[in-house]
Amino acid sequence: MDFATIFLIQVAYAIASLALISVGLAIIYGMMRVINFAHGEFLMLGGYAVILPVQAGVNLWIAMLVIAPLVVGLFGVVVERLIIRPLYGRVIDTVLATWGLSLLMIGVASAVLGYYQEGSKPPLGSIAIGAYRESVYTFFVIGITGAILLALYLGLKRTRFGLLARGTMQNPAMAAGLGVDTGKMYAATFGLGAALSGLAGAILAPISGVVPVIGATYIAKAFITVISGGATVLAGTASAATLLGAVNQVVTFVATPVVGEVALLAAAIILLRLLPAGITGRLFRGGI
Amino acid sequence: MRISRRSVLASTSAAIAGATLPRFAFAQGAAIKLGTICDTSGPMQPFGTQKLQCVQLAVEEINAAGGLLGRNVEIVSYDAQSTDQLYAQFAQQLALRDRVAVVHAALQSSSREVIRPILRRANALYFYNTRYEGGVCDRNTFCTGTTPGQLLANLLPFMIKKFGKKIYVLAADYNFGQLSEKWTRKIAKENGAEVIASEFFPLDVSQFGPTIGKIQAAKPNFIVNTFVGPAHAAFYGQWAGTGMKKEIPIASQTFGEGGEHLRMPPELSEGIYVCYSYFEELDRAPNKAFLERFRKKFGTNYGYLSDLGTSEYMGVRFWAEAVKKAKSLEREPVIKALEAGIALDGPGGSMATDAKTHHFVFDMHLAEMKDRKFSILQSFSQVQPTNPEGVCDLIKNPNTNQQFEPKL
Repeated sequence: MDFATIFLIQVAYAIASLALISVGLAIIYGMMRVINFAHGEFLMLGGYAVILPVQAGVNLWIAMLVIAPLVVGLFGVVVERLIIRPLYGRVIDTVLATWGLSLLMIGVASAVLGYYQEGSKPPLGSIAIGAYRESVYTFFVIGITGAILLALYLGLKRTRFGLLARGTMQNPAMAAGLGVDTGKMYAATFGLGAALSGLAGAILAPISGVVPVIGATYIAKAFITVISGGATVLAGTASAATLLGAVNQVVTFVATPVVGEVALLAAAIILLRLLPAGITGRLFRGGI
Repeated sequence: MRISRRSVLASTSAAIAGATLPRFAFAQGAAIKLGTICDTSGPMQPFGTQKLQCVQLAVEEINAAGGLLGRNVEIVSYDAQSTDQLYAQFAQQLALRDRVAVVHAALQSSSREVIRPILRRANALYFYNTRYEGGVCDRNTFCTGTTPGQLLANLLPFMIKKFGKKIYVLAADYNFGQLSEKWTRKIAKENGAEVIASEFFPLDVSQFGPTIGKIQAAKPNFIVNTFVGPAHAAFYGQWAGTGMKKEIPIASQTFGEGGEHLRMPPELSEGIYVCYSYFEELDRAPNKAFLERFRKKFGTNYGYLSDLGTSEYMGVRFWAEAVKKAKSLEREPVIKALEAGIALDGPGGSMATDAKTHHFVFDMHLAEMKDRKFSILQSFSQVQPTNPEGVCDLIKNPNTNQQFEPKL
């Protein structure tokens, strides 16, 4: 019974962490159709944006929830202005440019920060569940992911910015005709996606640690989740993360982490064979 | 100037003779080339950097003492950036282009298995100076790292006696981790204990939630891990974060080798057990003198020096000693000199060649992590390398070229 509880918590955690690493990409790729190959490195940057300030004496929560998204968000705005903006509509060129950015960021991080990783313990301690123990931080990750998705839903659905952003992405010419500064909307939306990536990297940093190449472990899963989710950004990401995260973690429990990864990929392939437009190509249509 | 036919003949024949001289007969006074490949960038940087530094220190000391055969030793060094492909490329370059007298290279067992056949084919003498899963039996290769017969065979009986007979194994998912797990099972069985479960992790896995759940369900008496690289180090934080640290002790085959214990809070590392051939904390005069020389050359801000570094240092010294004894740089006399038996006192204890296996006899030390320091509990004198049932005998069968695995 206790083991079943631990099992369910871990499955929920896998779903949450998958949604967390994908949500920034869902904005940038799902909404804006920009294939950002540097997404993993945005997460890495978020990780360092929490670890380095904490080493310098900043409070962990301020670094994680304020500094990291702010730093990566601003970085995203700069990247959009310098690299992405001249390449809108040129998919292959964007892939090459962001891939180059990804290699550059890994190279700079390797050269400047190296691989002498600081070990840390997830904050908040642990609680007993029957004969078992679980880290409280696991619950924090699950909770904050839910909060981020909810805030994003309300932000896109209920605010003026959300409406303008969705309108601009759907039909930029019409939006511009109605007086929307589409250039600013693109920059702001890209910045929002980058900030969410930075926040995700920061939240996972106390668990996984950060090394310059950590982005590689995130990027494939993030793309698979967003693509499996389909056109509807939030509902798609949430439903795909639920399905793939559950498959991954259940198989990891039954077998090994390697087989768990294989199961995730197999599930994604079968899903896209059955639903080529992703989950929201068929279900939850018309949502956000 | 008049060029006579005779002088032309004389100079060309000298040039031809020069071109066809044997490989290592350089002009008198030219430096002897020693090749190394270390990972001084990429995920294995914390390990590769100290290995290269120890080679540099050993070579500097050899040169300060007058060099070898009246010549200086010069290092030809490549950074493999923690990728096996580059190991293959640089091994070829060292053997064929740089024509080095000896190669000291590789951290991971996967890298070793990439370059070992290349160097064997090129007849380039190879030293693998890293603690590993044991069993390599190849006349061209000398292994100055410890093997399971030295490490696990002393660590496991201690753990079994102290904590109990149920073992849970966590290991890196490549030849080092896989074969170490087999040795763990074999040595556990010989000591009346049992491995109740084993899990393997690719080097980029840094999330251990399900594993920690499974360990709690299996209730082992202790854990034996063979973690490799920075991603796996995240386990210690997650393990302590779950509050399991006090319940189930850990014995490790790798902990501390990159100084990771100095970069994590002491509560994460407290009470981890290891058994190595070297610790900075060893209270021996040769160790103190060695550390003083190392710190004088590289400063004090290097982190922690483990047997990954000292094995490299000793590897170079053993090779140099063999060259002196053989009075030659040629591969064959140097191998014969090593097989004839050489013993040297190193920072961690005295080391001697084992002719049959091309491995080394070590003094081993068992230690427990206490407040970020290895506290030495017990030392084992002159422990033989892994060679079950004497399967590896390079004196009797010099053509053997394989890695022997434990029979379960």
